[in-house]
Amino acid sequence: MHELPQQLANGLILGAMYGLIAIGYTMVYGIIQLINFAHGEIFMIGGFGALTVYLGLPSGVSLLAAIPLMIAGGVICSVAISVAAERFAYRPLRTAPRLAPLITAIGLSLALQQAVWMWYPDATKDRSFPQFKGEAIDILGAHIQRGDLFVLIAAPICMLALGLFVSKTRAGRGMQATSQDPDTAKLMGINTDRIIVMAFAIGAAFAAVAAVAYGLKNGQIGFRMGFIMGLKAFTAAVLGGIGNIYGAMLGGVVLGVAEALATGYMSDVPGMELFGGGAWKDVWAFVLLILVLLIRPQGLLGERVADRA
Amino acid sequence: MRHRSLLILTTVLTTGALTLTACGSRDDDSKSSGGGDTQTVVIGVDAPLTGDLSALGLGIKNSADLAVKTANKDKTVPGVKFELQALDDQAQPSVGQQNAQKFIGNKDLLGVVGPLNSGVSQSMQKPLNDATLTQVSPANTGTELTQGNNWKTGDKKRPFKTYFRTATTDAIQGAFAAKYLFDNAKVKDVYLIDDQKPYGAGLAASFKTTFTELGGKIVGTDHINPDDRDFNSVVTKVKRSGAKAVYYGGEYPAGAPLSQQLKDSVQIPLMGGDGMYSADFISLNKKAEGDIATSVGKPVEELDSAKKFIADYKTAGYKDAYEAYGGGTYDATWSIIEAVKAVVADNDGKLPDDARAKVLDAMSKVKFDGVTGPVSFDEYGDTTNTMMTAYQVTSGKWASKLSEAVK
Repeated sequence: MHELPQQLANGLILGAMYGLIAIGYTMVYGIIQLINFAHGEIFMIGGFGALTVYLGLPSGVSLLAAIPLMIAGGVICSVAISVAAERFAYRPLRTAPRLAPLITAIGLSLALQQAVWMWYPDATKDRSFPQFKGEAIDILGAHIQRGDLFVLIAAPICMLALGLFVSKTRAGRGMQATSQDPDTAKLMGINTDRIIVMAFAIGAAFAAVAAVAYGLKNGQIGFRMGFIMGLKAFTAAVLGGIGNIYGAMLGGVVLGVAEALATGYMSDVPGMELFGGGAWKDVWAFVLLILVLLIRPQGLLGERVADRA
Repeated sequence: MRHRSLLILTTVLTTGALTLTACGSRDDDSKSSGGGDTQTVVIGVDAPLTGDLSALGLGIKNSADLAVKTANKDKTVPGVKFELQALDDQAQPSVGQQNAQKFIGNKDLLGVVGPLNSGVSQSMQKPLNDATLTQVSPANTGTELTQGNNWKTGDKKRPFKTYFRTATTDAIQGAFAAKYLFDNAKVKDVYLIDDQKPYGAGLAASFKTTFTELGGKIVGTDHINPDDRDFNSVVTKVKRSGAKAVYYGGEYPAGAPLSQQLKDSVQIPLMGGDGMYSADFISLNKKAEGDIATSVGKPVEELDSAKKFIADYKTAGYKDAYEAYGGGTYDATWSIIEAVKAVVADNDGKLPDDARAKVLDAMSKVKFDGVTGPVSFDEYGDTTNTMMTAYQVTSGKWASKLSEAVK
């Protein structure tokens, strides 16, 4: 078991990335009860936005200096697409039955994938993404790559900023009010349309940060990367209690760690030799999800007991 | 409100319908024969032209295109003009099957080159066989495609008479890889990983058989999802196992990050098959140095017979490299051209009515000196050329280390 710290670190890094993406699912769901399946693609577009900025920079700029610009580029692209999607794909359907926007989201997801595939140069195959040079750093017995430090630093900062924003600012409190009861919030003078746009924008910005982390970690991005990451992030959001921002991050980390531990140790359990390893980790992740939902249907940190459909 | 949405719906439908019709008419154009005395023969190409395996797929399409152009220029078959119909299978079996139906529907089409993936081939073999349409794959290495599902127990049975290939089988490739790693690279402890696709799992299984026969030890096995890009948990297990190398049955899109993450934590090489032997493997992986891959045939650059192919490919000015299967594709396409030539020569310089059946008959007798060496097919439709080459990434490039014909 001496590599336990390493597996926990692997899970934590992956989980923090899931958590950042899950914020987008959870905020949008918390306010308009829409599962925004196109959010995985918003994440993917953030990655391509960041890559574009990097390629546009003069050579010789150090990666460390480029990162703030890359994040800015990714955030701008993600937010622009996400806000446009809200305006043109979801808002016209806000009064439609719930299934309509859900299907729209799935369609939008496919359309965005194809758009990047077609219009981004050479995106028909994976594009390589810049990475930090240098050896890994040892922290508490775990080997951590330099690129992975990014998500470990960025995720807590983002969460702290979001927490402060939601609880302290006027717009944040407006957001809480809208999620509790949109009609009453409107009567109280809150511009709910603006709040909804804001939720989409914040989710997209977090997804872009996650995309930069994904690129730095894996050294490549591709037009299909949003699908599997989006699915996992959505799972994380449900696991943590959809609608709760801290739940999204907690769910992400729990999911990431569960995957790492299932890969690492499940095959060592007597009788489970065949059910371990990388191929079964997703199965175990979903087994965990089902168990949690059986015991706590509202998710780990979820509050809402009955859905207000 | 209601009227507006109706309007939008109508617009969308009309646009969609127009686009579809446009596609249809374009297809028809390409099919129309040249008129006069020349007859048109279409050769189909099926490969992943988009998606993460498109580097290999585009190399296949271009090389087939080159063979067709060369045949037309040299008038290899008098009175016959060759055309290419290239379809994208996105590396998906279901799309491959639809493409097979399109090929069957084209009356002038007498042979299909492709696909890249063994899994796609499995879905195309039956429809093409039912239509007696010859298929030659330059890249499929799945042993069961030619020798049936029970080949491991020695009960070889050819499932589809229309299926041929210029690539060797996984059985041969895996055995060669195991021998190279054990005898030449002197590695005795290997961790085995595959991506659970027919190609990857088949290759890993045949590697395992030979490697343990030679006396090597498989210190652990794992499977990964080829759509994942984070394999750190698996890598941590590899490190614990004390393996001296990892053998990966799979393709470069997942192989590249796997190799990089492996070397982030332990300095051992990753070895793979022809699905890993691509320039993209190196461009996507900053720590590829020392990795090993086997591929089919001799390196095209080292063969005298291939010099003309390389020169012609350059002259033709294709945007993408010919990659691992360029030479094999050229030979696969050329074998169909040779078969058509034999059929036409037997029928007073004209195409017979049952051209597809005749071409299939002629395929088993095809024999010529191709880009990759002498080309002919055995009773299973497998190539008689079992040359394999091991490559290693040296100073950022694939460098050939050993070429050997496998018995």
